[in-house]
Amino acid sequence: MTVSASSSPAGSEASERDRRAPVARVLLPVAVLGAGVLAWHFVVRIYAIPPYVLPGPMLVAATLVQDWPILWQSLLTTLLTTAEGFAAAAVGGIVLALLFNQSKWLEHALLPYAIILQVTPVIAIAPLLLIYLPQQTAVVVCAWIVAFFPVLSNTTLGLNSVDRNLEGMFRLYGASRLQALRYLKLPAALPYILGGLRIAGGLSLIGAVVAEIAAGSAGAGSGLAYRIAESGYRLNIPRMFAALLLLSVAGIVIYMGLAAVSHLMLRRWHESALRKEN
Amino acid sequence: MGDAVSMKGVTKRYDGGVVALGPLDFDVSKGDFVSLLGPSGCGKSTALRIIAGLSAPTSGTVRIAGGGRSIGFVFQEPTLMPWASVRDNVALPLKLAHRPRADIKGHVEPALARVGLAEFAAAYPRELSGGMKMRVSLARALVTDPDILLMDEPFAALDEITRFRLNNDLLALWRDLRKTVIFVTHSVFESVYLSRRVVVMTPRPGRISAEHCIDTVEPRDEDFRTSAEYAAYCREVSAALSRAAGRP
Repeated sequence: MTVSASSSPAGSEASERDRRAPVARVLLPVAVLGAGVLAWHFVVRIYAIPPYVLPGPMLVAATLVQDWPILWQSLLTTLLTTAEGFAAAAVGGIVLALLFNQSKWLEHALLPYAIILQVTPVIAIAPLLLIYLPQQTAVVVCAWIVAFFPVLSNTTLGLNSVDRNLEGMFRLYGASRLQALRYLKLPAALPYILGGLRIAGGLSLIGAVVAEIAAGSAGAGSGLAYRIAESGYRLNIPRMFAALLLLSVAGIVIYMGLAAVSHLMLRRWHESALRKEN
Repeated sequence: MGDAVSMKGVTKRYDGGVVALGPLDFDVSKGDFVSLLGPSGCGKSTALRIIAGLSAPTSGTVRIAGGGRSIGFVFQEPTLMPWASVRDNVALPLKLAHRPRADIKGHVEPALARVGLAEFAAAYPRELSGGMKMRVSLARALVTDPDILLMDEPFAALDEITRFRLNNDLLALWRDLRKTVIFVTHSVFESVYLSRRVVVMTPRPGRISAEHCIDTVEPRDEDFRTSAEYAAYCREVSAALSRAAGRP
């Protein structure tokens, strides 16, 4: 096998590598995960670590099944907050970018505040918001604050990177502002907007979790992050791990979902979605 | 026949104070095929953009027969929307003019057929070769049935085989449709092959240095490209271009 590979021309060797690449991309991380879980299991077993310090993987899995009704409810709560924050960020970011693009005055007036909102750590804003707003609203606002800026800045970048010749052509054929926006600027900005949304998806989950933790210490709430904080106070470490696992999976699913949407929308024309060999 | 385009004392000065063009006095009669020939940066593209209304002259007047609404423009690059199919790219000028859907379809199909791309209507620009993209760009310029076709070095980036083929296609189009064509190029050979009038421009600021009428048997074809007559015209225009650049 090795001999035949080394004697074959470079081209077929490369194609063989391409064919094997997807398998490696899936199998390698799975193998690493398996090894990690095994090592975790045996370390807990051999050193007889008590579950309130570090629960083993089996116990975490058992807790996940046993506490599923509570965890599932909490997961839904957190996901709802995330979805609301994400939707608000998507709409707010895109609409604000469009307004900025149409009016420089508006951009000069408002952009500094968008940046201030972005650079101020949300964990510091959350307690204030919880004082002034109803709890559920405050949590959604936190998710929105964290997630909207990437959408705003990416959309702005996209709207400003329209091909100059295409712009000239639209002018030549007497396109109105609205037509130029609809047929030229928005499609040209789409890859950038989708990139911004992909970042915003993960960030709105982070924003929701941060706000839930801040709210949780104030007494109410039932999201996953609140479960983590609550389990921490009660030294219910296995449930902490189970909730954390669910949050990770939620983040991965959100990212993969948005990446798939982006791929579907761009696959006919954008470089980022094209296969290498084509 | 009257003038399709008439420029009087047109100049263009950029914000930095660089004078790019003129003064330029330049008339093109209806149905003519005129090439603007000059070295890179001589302002010939600027002149074309001024005629198209994409750029305003610093001084002078430009008159377009029919008020300038009837202009088709072919850029140096194909300038297609990568997110739209060939059909939608060609339909764009009509869509921007709010023409009804059935009307658009009735114009797009013939325009694509004319440039030999009828089967590629559903393809996306990235799936086409450079020559095919340029044909789409040409179909888009023709879809509004303009009186004047402005072309800014449209074939400069193509390989020679493709360029020759597109040259012949363009001549056939011009014979069939009798549009006024103003063609910007830096190739002596292309300008002599295509046009009835070659206008030689000086380096910056671009002015008209000489004019040559290419009177030959129509229709022109590959025989003309290899004829002694063609070679003689090329030599003549080449010499005029050298004189325009200040070289003896």
